[in-house]
Amino acid sequence: METTIDITLIWVVIIAVGVIAYVLMDGFDLGVGILFPFAPGETSRDVMMNSVAPVWDGNETWLILGGAGLLAAFPLVYSVFLPALYIGVFLMLAGLIFRGVAFEFRFKAHRSKGLWNAAFAIGSAVAAFAQGAVVGAYIQGFEMDGLSFAGGPLDWLTPFTVLTGIGLLAGYALLGATWLIVKTEGDTQAFAYRVAPWMLAVVLLVFGAVSFITPFIDPKVMERWMGTWQYLWVLPALALFSAWVLIRAVRRRDEGIPFVATIALFITTYLGLLVSKWPYVVPPDYTFWDAASSPDAQLFILVGALFVIPIILGYTAWTYWVFRGKVTPETGYH
Amino acid sequence: MELDPILLSRIQFAFVVSFHAIFPVFTIGLASFIAFLEFRAWKTGDTLYTQISKFWIKIFAVVFGMGVVSGLVMSFQFGTNWSAFSYATANFLGPVLSYEVLTAFFLEAAFLGVLLFGRDRVPQGVHLFSALMVALGTFISSFWILVANSWMQTPVGFELQDGVFHVTSWITAIFNPSFWPRFFHMGLASLLTAGFVVAGVSAWYLLRQRDVVMNRKALGTTMWVLLFAAPAQLVVGDIHGLNTFEHQPTKVAAMEGVWETERGAPLLLFAIPDSANETNHFEIGIPKMASFILTHEMDGEVPGLLEVPAEERPPVGITFWSFRVMVAIGMVMILFALAGAWLRFRRRMYASPLFLKGLAWMIPAPFLAVVAGWFVTETGRAPWLVYGVMNHAEGITPALTGGMALFTLIGYVAVYAAVFTGGVYYLVRIVRQGPEPADAVHAPAHAKRPLSAADTFVDDAAVSGARS
Ligand code: HDD
Ligand code: HEM
Ligand code: HEM
Repeated sequence: METTIDITLIWVVIIAVGVIAYVLMDGFDLGVGILFPFAPGETSRDVMMNSVAPVWDGNETWLILGGAGLLAAFPLVYSVFLPALYIGVFLMLAGLIFRGVAFEFRFKAHRSKGLWNAAFAIGSAVAAFAQGAVVGAYIQGFEMDGLSFAGGPLDWLTPFTVLTGIGLLAGYALLGATWLIVKTEGDTQAFAYRVAPWMLAVVLLVFGAVSFITPFIDPKVMERWMGTWQYLWVLPALALFSAWVLIRAVRRRDEGIPFVATIALFITTYLGLLVSKWPYVVPPDYTFWDAASSPDAQLFILVGALFVIPIILGYTAWTYWVFRGKVTPETGYH
Repeated sequence: MELDPILLSRIQFAFVVSFHAIFPVFTIGLASFIAFLEFRAWKTGDTLYTQISKFWIKIFAVVFGMGVVSGLVMSFQFGTNWSAFSYATANFLGPVLSYEVLTAFFLEAAFLGVLLFGRDRVPQGVHLFSALMVALGTFISSFWILVANSWMQTPVGFELQDGVFHVTSWITAIFNPSFWPRFFHMGLASLLTAGFVVAGVSAWYLLRQRDVVMNRKALGTTMWVLLFAAPAQLVVGDIHGLNTFEHQPTKVAAMEGVWETERGAPLLLFAIPDSANETNHFEIGIPKMASFILTHEMDGEVPGLLEVPAEERPPVGITFWSFRVMVAIGMVMILFALAGAWLRFRRRMYASPLFLKGLAWMIPAPFLAVVAGWFVTETGRAPWLVYGVMNHAEGITPALTGGMALFTLIGYVAVYAAVFTGGVYYLVRIVRQGPEPADAVHAPAHAKRPLSAADTFVDDAAVSGARS
């Protein structure tokens, strides 16, 4: 057996890529929702919503893949995280429900438009916050009894997770703003240029605070960053560099670079988190290998995943290409 | 009073999945209908088909949206409320549900964007292709989800090690004994649902003389589908029942209301099952028919509920009555399909107010039948999560308290009530507003978006009256 490939490791990579794919893709459309109430006018809101309407469903499918993929490859994660985050998961789903139907209902609404504006904005914000709190809860670790979660219903809600919640909220808003810079022009674009630096400021503050607190919550993290793995410091350095590039590009009114820089910021931060916790996936005690399903099950779905994911990426890219270019008030989709 | 997390979780699961189920069952059928219309439009160049398709795509978008968001909830229900079950069955259900996401959900989601918004951005052939992919996706999705459910009904191809299921044969487990009957039964249920909704809405327009040409076409086409699907459902349902009789005899005993194992069991048309006293009240039945249907012999033996201890029996009343509701609706559907064929033959199908009114009233019937059918299947399985292997108590999330379960149950009911009200409100409005005029079918889409709120004020009756 020693010579065979470690399927669990392949699954770690697939799930890790899946999670960041979800965060980046649903992140920008949730971010558009978070910025919704602050938009300069109703026409601008039409444009903002149209900029994500054709793709949001596909983006959210990565979340479903995350759920099902965890069940398939790391059932312990699925069966511990969901009970532990019970109320938070409910809030996230409720948020996603409201913002999801708002896409369909708002365009058909007339008098009740304001209602669906609110549903879209609040739903997006709640979902983003809850996801951020999940990250915080993961960093904190879980109280376990054998292989089951044994903590209380509100363990996931602490000052620390509120902080991470706000961080992701601002992070998604930043992604949304830089996406709007790419996809819109005129008023809406000007608005996006204005909010982006503010969102970045919040993200950096939270990022700093979390990096400072985490080593005290989890001694393993302290050891990792202060011990022999010093070259890891390149990650936060790259994150700060991305932030600098982002700010500069916004000042110069570049259109594409802010979005790319935000993605780079997310990826470096995410990698930093992963290496901090590696190889624990249900902290403090269980590693990816403890959490894995049977090798047979992992192999069965791996075959399909390796075959199908490239095709999915292909047609997903194609739909983005079909809807390429600026969205304007004249681009009516409905 | 102590809140029971198991009972509350069961109610919650039943509620969210029933709510979810009514949307997919409609969109599966409707996606195929839209793909068919797009195909005809592409093949014949007749804009009438495009006009019908555009109208139904609007409806499809709303219903699909509700299906997506309620489905999202489903994929987390297993983990939040049934985490011990999820952990135990993950080796099988995990891959199956992942395959559903990989092969169906991505396909639907990606091509949905092009189907809904891309008509003016891609060539007609590509748009048609997108419609086909969405339709295909819905069927692939039902394939996998029914694999999962059927395996829980009739589990095979696994062995238990330390309470965890390990798959010994994927083929056996996937194509488990109840899979094919369930797949075809559900597929036909989807065609019937979409068929009766399209027929009902078209009939409603015809009664009001609106868009007559278009709605005749829509009604005429769907009645052919119903003429095939309604009787076929009876046949498949019968096969399904025989299969259940073989693998889950207790469920069939509950469906038929049989307590004592008996030969020549009657087919009960009416009865009030009484679980406490293990008997029925007010029985009205056809002698020996149940035995005949199930064993194809007048004196065949039907095992009764008393064969198993009381705690392994399903809630008989719900199973018994849900079954009757489903079958009764199935019969009425056959009646409508035959009446349609007869009227068509007499060339009066579009002109019989009674028939058209009846069709309009039938719109809710398929949804009722589908939910009733699932209630038969799922309550008849109780108390098992995995039939005969794992029960509710073994599958529940250990850390779940009654209070948490109640909190989210109330939450889902509130959220869904709001969403459902909104959805029905907009669907009714789309229908009242009616299809776009045929000459607008080729106008560029962007001409209409910013004005569409104003569209609502157009006096539909006058405009479409002039058109037809
Ligand atoms: C026979 C059909 C059927 C049944 C029994 C179920 N579903 Fe479903 N589901 C579909 C058929 C379907 C569909 C037709 O494929 C939907 C409807 C709208 C959509 O996007 O896909 C869908 C949507 C849908 C979605 C959202 C997909 C997306 O975003 O595109 C999820 C996560 C689930 N379902 C999960 C479930 C679970 C966990 C179920 C059982 C407990 C379940 N469904 C029962
Ligand atoms: C989509 C249509 C469906 C409907 C309307 C439906 C309906 C129901 C109902 C009424 C119950 C409660 C039964 C009881 O507690 O007595 C239930 C339970 C359950 N069903 Fe389904 N079901 C559907 C599909 C599925 C599918 C496809 C699966 C599996 C993949 C599934 C898995 C379960 C589970 C895990 C429970 C919870 C435990 C239980 O109470 O049995 N259901 N469902
Ligand atoms: C016409 C006579 C019908 C018969 C004899 C019949 C038979 C059955 C049986 C025996 C089951 C339970 C199988 C099991 O749990 O093992 C079932 C389930 C079900 N039925 Fe029917 N049925 C009929 C009509 C319909 C109609 C008209 C619809 C909907 C349009 C429908 C929708 C369903 C659904 C959704 C289920 C649950 C899923 C499944 O197990 O397949 N049925 N049916």
